[in-house]
Amino acid sequence: MAIKTESFVLNFGPQHPSTHGVFRMRMTLNGEVVVDMEPVFGYLHRGIEKVAEERTYKQNIPFTDRLDYLASMAGNLAYCLAVEKLADIPVPERAEHIRVIIAELQRIASHLIAVGAFLNDCGAFMTPILYMIREREKILDLFEMVSGQRLTYNFMRFGGVSQDIPEEFMPALEKVIAEMPGFIDEYDRLLAENEILLARAKGVGILPKELAINIGASGPVLRGSGVKWDIRKADSYSIYDRFEFEIPTGTVGDCYDRYRVRIQEMRQSVRIIKQAMEQLPEGEVLTEVPLRLRPPKGEAYGRIEAPKGELGFYLVSDYSPNPYRFHIRAPSLINLTALRDMAVGWKIADAIITFGSIDICMGEVDR
Amino acid sequence: MTVALSGKEIAAKLEKQFPGSVIESSEDSLLIKPESLLDVASFLKTTPEFNCDYLTTITAVDYRDYFEAVYILTSLEHNHSLKLKTRCHDRKNPSLPSVFSLWRAADLQEREIFDLFGIKFDGHPNMKRIVLWEGFPGHPLRKDWQGGN
Repeated sequence: MAIKTESFVLNFGPQHPSTHGVFRMRMTLNGEVVVDMEPVFGYLHRGIEKVAEERTYKQNIPFTDRLDYLASMAGNLAYCLAVEKLADIPVPERAEHIRVIIAELQRIASHLIAVGAFLNDCGAFMTPILYMIREREKILDLFEMVSGQRLTYNFMRFGGVSQDIPEEFMPALEKVIAEMPGFIDEYDRLLAENEILLARAKGVGILPKELAINIGASGPVLRGSGVKWDIRKADSYSIYDRFEFEIPTGTVGDCYDRYRVRIQEMRQSVRIIKQAMEQLPEGEVLTEVPLRLRPPKGEAYGRIEAPKGELGFYLVSDYSPNPYRFHIRAPSLINLTALRDMAVGWKIADAIITFGSIDICMGEVDR
Repeated sequence: MTVALSGKEIAAKLEKQFPGSVIESSEDSLLIKPESLLDVASFLKTTPEFNCDYLTTITAVDYRDYFEAVYILTSLEHNHSLKLKTRCHDRKNPSLPSVFSLWRAADLQEREIFDLFGIKFDGHPNMKRIVLWEGFPGHPLRKDWQGGN
């Protein structure tokens, strides 16, 4: 006698440790296999785009910290670049170098969490992520030296950075940068050929190249699918064109490729920081900008290669002290577009690691 | 560096292909009629010379008299980009054609614009609110929104 079966709906999240925040997946399951899935979010929507229209340009910098709170410096930098483009504000050389050093440290810090959390999802419970957090801690100490904060830094300003780096910063940075490659190698040795990681992540959650481009994916998600596209090279901002580094890419676009791209990007970030440290000039770190800045009428789109992908700000000014429109192009949101395609046909446990490998931050998805 | 395509040059080409589709063109942007949006977008995506295969972002701005939708199109091959704009004057029932069929990148972003501005995108397969809940009063990113208190 044939057994009668039927598919059922499972609400995964919003409160669940594997959803990296408050994210809900409404999954239709056939046994353990995902046959349909709908991402549901908005639980962390704070209306930042609306709030920003009521604040001055400068008052909005702290809001950019609260988008992707695992990479606050990236939010700061992208917003400052957009305003500098809008109001045509020059940035001193020393500030440009400090920005690059800070932005690349932030990339390492964000990727450490991304990789650690991904392995957590894979079932390597807590051990890898605690190693990662141990290393990230050293970067947070550096950020604390320059900004006084450990999570929401509010460090960059239009025309530079809020203050010069303190004396103890450079020796501490040298130590971190000297140790980091050894740590990444150690970690890589431990995991790159790990049987369980390979079995879980290889060939799972594939995002084909054409689809990745069509959905507007960016960052490690796009590069993991084999597209060599990095804003730092393609549309070089700040002083990235002066540094030598490579763009790591994957081949098939599975979870393992995205994981590898992040590991390799951390090595490239170390390379960039070393070059920026050598070239760091003396001088001013901030151009004088009026407190109630009124950029000329017009619009500007400023973008950077944030750890999670292309982070852009589309600003419209009507020559008042507040932005007329403050739009955030959030990589975490757009990278989620193909989640259904990547997860359908796989088991629940695979859907979880596929989601984890995209590396999203809910603060940025919901805004 | 990403080259910004000249709206003026493209406008001249579009005028031959789709007469009357362009309203205004400047050095860095191109304003077209909403009826022509799909034709023009498809032309820019499929013509090898432009090959705009990547939709960087879509957003909307409320200029009180009209809504303006902004599409930033990019070609990963040629590394150039274009700011394509279109306007919608109806405030009661604003709607624009959806570019979902060309770029799936429009999926979540058009839904977000619908949620926050109330602009309906015709042809989008799943046009419903995304960050706010069903029944939320109005569309908060409109300049005349009076909700909240």
